[in-house]
Amino acid sequence: MSNEGKMDCGRRRLIVATAAVGGAGALAVLVPFVSTMLPSERAKAAGAPVEVDISKLEPGQMVTVEWRGKPVWIINRTQAMLDTLPQLDGEVADPKSERKQQPEYCTNEHRSIKPEIMVAVGICTHLGCSPTHKFKSGAEEGMTAEWKGGFLCPCHGSTFDLAGRVFKAKPAPTNLEVPPHMYLSDTRILIGEDKKGA
Amino acid sequence: MAANTNFEKYKSDGSLAGNVLEWVDARFPATAMWKGHLSEYYAPKNFNFWYFFGSLALLVLVIQIVTGIFLVMHYKPDASLNAAGIPVAFASVEYIMRDVPWGWLVRYMHSTGASAFFIVVYLHMFRGLLYGSYRQPRELIWVFGVLIFLMLMAEAFFGYLLPWGQMSFWGAQVIVNLFGAIPLIGEPLSIWVRGDFVIGDATLNRFFSFHVIAIPLVLIGLVAAHILALHEVGSNNPDGVEIKKHKDEKGIPLDGIPFHPYYTVKDIVGVVVFLMVFSLVLFFAPEGGGYFLEYNNFFPADPLKTPPHIAPVWYFTPYYSVLRAMVWNFFGLDAKFWGVVGMGASVVVFAFLPWLDRSPVKSIRYRGPIFKSFLTIFVICFFILGYLGTQPPSFWGEKISQVCTVLYFAFFLLMPWYSKIDKYKPEPERVTWK
Amino acid sequence: MKTMRNLKSLFAALLLAPTLALASGAALHLDKAPDVSGDKAALQNGAKLFVNYCLNCHGASALRYNKLMDLGLTEQQIKDNLMFNAEKIGQQMTVSINPAEAKKWFGVTPPDLSLVARARASADGSGADWLYTYLRSFYKDPARPTGWNNVIFPNVGMPHILFELQGEQALNAEHHLELATPGKLSTAEYDKQVADLVGFLVWMGEPQAGLRKQIGIAVLVFLSILFVLAYALKKEYWKDIH
Repeated sequence: MSNEGKMDCGRRRLIVATAAVGGAGALAVLVPFVSTMLPSERAKAAGAPVEVDISKLEPGQMVTVEWRGKPVWIINRTQAMLDTLPQLDGEVADPKSERKQQPEYCTNEHRSIKPEIMVAVGICTHLGCSPTHKFKSGAEEGMTAEWKGGFLCPCHGSTFDLAGRVFKAKPAPTNLEVPPHMYLSDTRILIGEDKKGA
Repeated sequence: MAANTNFEKYKSDGSLAGNVLEWVDARFPATAMWKGHLSEYYAPKNFNFWYFFGSLALLVLVIQIVTGIFLVMHYKPDASLNAAGIPVAFASVEYIMRDVPWGWLVRYMHSTGASAFFIVVYLHMFRGLLYGSYRQPRELIWVFGVLIFLMLMAEAFFGYLLPWGQMSFWGAQVIVNLFGAIPLIGEPLSIWVRGDFVIGDATLNRFFSFHVIAIPLVLIGLVAAHILALHEVGSNNPDGVEIKKHKDEKGIPLDGIPFHPYYTVKDIVGVVVFLMVFSLVLFFAPEGGGYFLEYNNFFPADPLKTPPHIAPVWYFTPYYSVLRAMVWNFFGLDAKFWGVVGMGASVVVFAFLPWLDRSPVKSIRYRGPIFKSFLTIFVICFFILGYLGTQPPSFWGEKISQVCTVLYFAFFLLMPWYSKIDKYKPEPERVTWK
Repeated sequence: MKTMRNLKSLFAALLLAPTLALASGAALHLDKAPDVSGDKAALQNGAKLFVNYCLNCHGASALRYNKLMDLGLTEQQIKDNLMFNAEKIGQQMTVSINPAEAKKWFGVTPPDLSLVARARASADGSGADWLYTYLRSFYKDPARPTGWNNVIFPNVGMPHILFELQGEQALNAEHHLELATPGKLSTAEYDKQVADLVGFLVWMGEPQAGLRKQIGIAVLVFLSILFVLAYALKKEYWKDIH
């Protein structure tokens, strides 16, 4: 270390050049090793978009499909259910869905493409439990009297309305996520992709 | 720690980095380690080609550990069949090869690294034979080295079962059955090793555990001991003379140069050349002509069907030939037992070299014709045994391997005699250089 | 130093010895398979043959359908022409029958073919050579339950699936194969089809083999540059040592 000052220029240049090229090589080797931890082809295949036929989904009913290992709910909401949404604007934390928990085309009052068909990832935004549906009135579902139907997370008691909007003063910070999706036809939904794939 | 332990502590130049370094150095022997093992470790200046393989062995160890860590993230030690009827362990290797991004590169690095490890270590050991590196005062370095080699063989053997191919399965089957040759306790012992009556899921899981945890820990410890012992007594050199005999007024050997930077820059060249050869195999011939990845191992393990010809991986074949060469019953014990003894002895006998060699000189440069002949014959026999081990048993193969086994052991067991009576040239006082 | 030189030449001779011995000890005579690895059209044809003739009984469970896009096929082409046993493009090429049931019906489970081209390599020739010879070496043998036998795989369990294309061969008195009943294709045409199929099987054994070699060239170029620098650095430092 003491003779650094005396080190001649040629030697210094060679050290820098060798270290630079060697370092670049080491970085290049790092890339494949880090990449091995990305989702594999198997994970990608399992996470591929899912096609759902909703022709048999009656109004007021819900189906759960699996997409990327997560439950995705598809709810066919009745007019009565939809009518509850504006009434709850004052009680939910993010009534206008300002936080990016849904694609652009679902940033609306009912948080969906078609008003009656709700598509949401059934994972509580608090710590990842899957909420249970409580569609009926408060008394029938064991909820408070003013309950108008929605979801209750069994883990920490977060509640969501029928558009997946979280109620105020609950542990969950945001509304339920709406996954990217699109209609292939009137009754077929593709979950996980929202533009025509190549 | 190196002999000279009174290195001055680091003094800060006032900069932040300097202050941090001073703080650390007051609490941890950073300077002492750096100087003792690198910048003020004096190595003989006359190292030649053969002296690259020690640092290369360390490099391959690092490659194997790092690639191994990433392989364990995806590999599954499970002998049960998946929905397609393929053993899960076998399928998980192909999963790594195809589905994991860049998994094929990591896997080929590991499989090529296994063979590279043995090539490098064999050359490293041969260097020891050439220049008498095992002689006093370096006996313990050599013994640690032999233990490393034994552990390396165990590591390779356990690891070879994991892909769960035909060769994995039947290779393990044959080797574990060797324990059965031990009188009285043999049969229960081999069942205990397998945890089953045949090689099965239990065996696969315990081999996995040994391969990824137990043996690597021991290996790393032994490598540390090997290097510490080396730095305690100092390196040998191609002349086999002690550089510590001639020191300057500061106590630095006249023929010694600081390991860093001189041997670090030299070893970098060796590393680059090694990586070029390594890459040639890895990217253009990862199967190594069927020697590095055996063709039959691309068939999943089938406990009901032995492949027509099974041979161990190339690095085990010399000892495997010794095993097969033993065909006689002695002292009421059958040939199988003596085969196992011969195979074990052919490895362990290396450890006794420091006490078998009675020559007044260390290096081959000053040895007489008898030692040179014995060494040459030993090396030839080693290669012939290695080649025969890859071949199916045959009449002449057996006879030749018996002759080679005798000559192999003669190199060691007759050494106390021939190394003493052999002629030798006088060693120089100082190392020869250029 | 003379001994050293002798030692070195001895090493060289010993390293060569195994190759010579293997060459002389060849047990099977295999025909050399044409190399179609660079011919996308041939590989696509091989994929079609594989799906139509092999995939009914043999899986290729290590391969996913979308990997076939590497052969220049589009997702739609794969879905329309090659996917009969699967719904999703990312699925593996498996057979629909359960392996345990297959064993009950056929006595043996038809082996998965993902790695067959790598597994069949030997000292006698590459895996491709073995497969190319094997698929052209079936002959009529009434002694066998399937009515078929094979010259290089005696008493094989599989009947000759491609016989409509090749026709029926018989073993003559000199133990040579000759065409008894011609099939839909001439011998040259049949050989070409088999070459394509074998080319596909080879590709399937290691689909990233082409990429591997390309990266290998880049790595070697990089290492050569690093070698020049490292060697210059070593020279620079070692000029101090006298």
